[in-house]
Amino acid sequence: MSQLELKSGVTHAEQAHEVHEKPNYLNHDHSVMSWLYTLDHKRIGILYLVSITAMFILGGIMAALVRVELSTPKGDFLTADTYNKSFTAHGVIMLFFFLIPSIPAVMGNFALPLMIGARDVAFPRLNLLSYYLYALGAGIGMVALLYGGVDTGWTFYTPYSSTYSNSYVTVMAVGLFCIGFSSILTGLNFVVTVHRMRCPGLTWFRLPLFIWAIYATSVVQLLGTPVIAITLALLGVERTLGVGIFDPRLGGDPVLFQHMFWFYSHPAVYIMILPSLGLISEVIATFSRKNVFGYKIIALSSVTIAVFGFIVWAHHMFTTGISPYAAMVFSFLTFSVAIPSGIKVFTWLATMYKGAISFETPMIYGIAFIGLFTIGGVTGLYLSTLGMDIHLHDTYFVVAHFHYIMVGGAILGFMAGLHFWWPKITGRMYSDFWGKLGAGIIFIGFNFTFFPQFILGYLGMPRRYHEYPEELQLLNVMSSAGATILAIGYTLPLIYLTHSFFWGEKAGKNPWGATTLDWTATDSPPSPHNFDQIPVVTEEPYHFERKEAGVVSH
Amino acid sequence: MNNEFRFFPEQASTLAPEVDALTLFVVATTVGVTLLVFFLLLLFAVLFRRRSDDHYPKPIHGNVPLEIIWCVIPTVICVVMFVWGVKVYSNIVVAPVDSMDIYVVGRQWMWKIQHPSGQREINALHVPVGRPVKLTITSEDVIHSFFVPAFRVKQDAVPGRYTSMWFQATKPGVYQIYCAEYCGTEHSRMIGKVTVMEEGDFQKWLSEGAENGQALQGRKLFTKLQCITCHSGNAQAKAPNLEGIYRKHIPISHQSGVKTPEGTKIFADDSYLRESILYPNAKVAAGWESIMPTYQGLATEEELLQVIAYIRSLQQGQTPPRLETTPTPASIQEKSSQKGEK
Repeated sequence: MSQLELKSGVTHAEQAHEVHEKPNYLNHDHSVMSWLYTLDHKRIGILYLVSITAMFILGGIMAALVRVELSTPKGDFLTADTYNKSFTAHGVIMLFFFLIPSIPAVMGNFALPLMIGARDVAFPRLNLLSYYLYALGAGIGMVALLYGGVDTGWTFYTPYSSTYSNSYVTVMAVGLFCIGFSSILTGLNFVVTVHRMRCPGLTWFRLPLFIWAIYATSVVQLLGTPVIAITLALLGVERTLGVGIFDPRLGGDPVLFQHMFWFYSHPAVYIMILPSLGLISEVIATFSRKNVFGYKIIALSSVTIAVFGFIVWAHHMFTTGISPYAAMVFSFLTFSVAIPSGIKVFTWLATMYKGAISFETPMIYGIAFIGLFTIGGVTGLYLSTLGMDIHLHDTYFVVAHFHYIMVGGAILGFMAGLHFWWPKITGRMYSDFWGKLGAGIIFIGFNFTFFPQFILGYLGMPRRYHEYPEELQLLNVMSSAGATILAIGYTLPLIYLTHSFFWGEKAGKNPWGATTLDWTATDSPPSPHNFDQIPVVTEEPYHFERKEAGVVSH
Repeated sequence: MNNEFRFFPEQASTLAPEVDALTLFVVATTVGVTLLVFFLLLLFAVLFRRRSDDHYPKPIHGNVPLEIIWCVIPTVICVVMFVWGVKVYSNIVVAPVDSMDIYVVGRQWMWKIQHPSGQREINALHVPVGRPVKLTITSEDVIHSFFVPAFRVKQDAVPGRYTSMWFQATKPGVYQIYCAEYCGTEHSRMIGKVTVMEEGDFQKWLSEGAENGQALQGRKLFTKLQCITCHSGNAQAKAPNLEGIYRKHIPISHQSGVKTPEGTKIFADDSYLRESILYPNAKVAAGWESIMPTYQGLATEEELLQVIAYIRSLQQGQTPPRLETTPTPASIQEKSSQKGEK
């Protein structure tokens, strides 16, 4: 029990009454319109949270179809065409409709203004427009899926996608085009907000590391997304008007598409993982009660990773017949991304060193994240090593590698963030027992699902295969069994978080004893305008010390 | 293949042990680093767990020597991986000059293979053991990728261009071919088998059922497609003599309609010959007018490979005499009559 509550037990009831009187952003207006027209960054964050959760469930169902099919070598559960549409839907939904908006649009929207002491983002109306563009794009995407789906893979490689595929590629491209603009506008909004809206005293090197990560991510969104928009537009032009851009029969160049696609889609990987990296720094520091080791280096490594992310794209194309010299340059540049990523892992360990670590659910996710991100990172080295990539390219090794980054990294980061900020978002605590159990099940299920795929890949099983040779069945069955465990792990948070939203214990202002403004200067849940008074910052973040009152820990 | 559990696919080419040695090095270093991270993670979690609610540790802001160490050591490891990777890669991309040529055309959803001696196969490839084999690969429709895990090599088949890969099989046997680049509905059925045979068996296999050499089939096409009309190799020729030009540097005068500087030369390899047949104006041989019509849509990828095989084989004085019955290509007549009007 907390020091505060013990001390002020008598006044607690009165305070509770007062709290009831004081409106927060959730209860100050209950009408549906107040949600649909809201300009409040916190409510927009919730709108995103609900939308991407729906998308995640749908993408998960698609993954389940794929794993059920692959539990036997013969294509006996789905037809080849349905299978191809399932993995395409899984990829498109998880990447474009779930992962890219996940941490930036949910956590970024909710926490960014709170953490920098602002009453909202710089352009609240633009923020709502971003959400509706996302909803429109996702809606168009759903239309494409309902009418019969897309069978090109999420990478839309030409000339298959532009000339040969008989599925709803153009409709999906229009949907993604809309989502792209949502992403650009959110990025723009956050860049301006970080530049212009920091509260007095909050200098760049006093920013929480999550803000640095979101800032670097926003710059990537702003600069990279227009390229995918152009690429999809050109794909649509070739597909509908027959103008030769990518199809060699029409005089185009199919490899050009890959250059343009990866020029966005590689940085897009950093849109997914960078916010997680920042978020984990917050979690590790808070639950270790210790300042982040090498703060400036971590902050700048986020920016470095963002910049380098733009100059490694052709490492996806080593087998296309590109110049061997280009391949060497891109291999070298890819290795250079490994260094700042490695530094982050080491600094988290150094942050835990001689800390006072407690193990609530967010920290369990944080520790799991460090482990899985490390595996995802080092297996990236296998693929950047030219001599090995020729063998590993387009096999299950690649599938395993990027799931370690995107699930082990981005999604566990998202889960850490969700469990970290849940008390702030809802004002309620969830069950720590069920939280930890869920994290454990997800960790075990995840490794069971994806570790066998590394071996499958080295054995040569290509990705996107509906049928495969019988000798590969054992590993595939392990993977499908793991996916079942993973599905159970994902279902738990849906249940206990929903339960806590209605019946959870009141959380109090700062249940984790965090030091950033979102915890120290706002209520849980925050008032509609975040702060009664704009706070003033006088010191670096992560200054953990005994406080006379207000420190509440479990 | 037997059913025992394995981590590495069979090693059946000279490249396979090289790739696997590199893999073992990368596995050893990365597993080492990963285990170190895991060990420290668990050790710190246990050692530095929160002892009481009142436990507030002292801040540590940085440690320059430590930070230098964890920047330098990974950098050194990465440089070693990069250099070793490039070394293996250069062995993968550079085919030995004495390689035996085989031609591969991918299409939805099969691999069509031609040997210079005229043998053709589908979803099967027969090669001799112990001889370097170079595959020249293209596609009729979408991008495919020719992948033989036992050889540790993979190369995309890209429509509109030739790519190549090579290997030297080290033991007789049957190995899996996959299409590794997603190519549509039946992608996972675009598979086949490489059969590696002893040299004698291979020669026997080659001679069975090969009616006409690839070059001989090309020679027929050379007449049928009326190439012979202009490339006649004699005084009446309206186009360059193709005898002995393969893999020579030949002077050109125009590139995509633009005059090139005096003395510009290009290397007449398979890709150049293919381009010149489909896009005659792309690079025009010096001293000749650009009057050739395009053959896009008139020859399949396989036929193109046959014509190229014929040009490759064409030695001094071997161009067949033009039979007077062979008409000139219609479009050329049109073009020359237009010129006459001007």
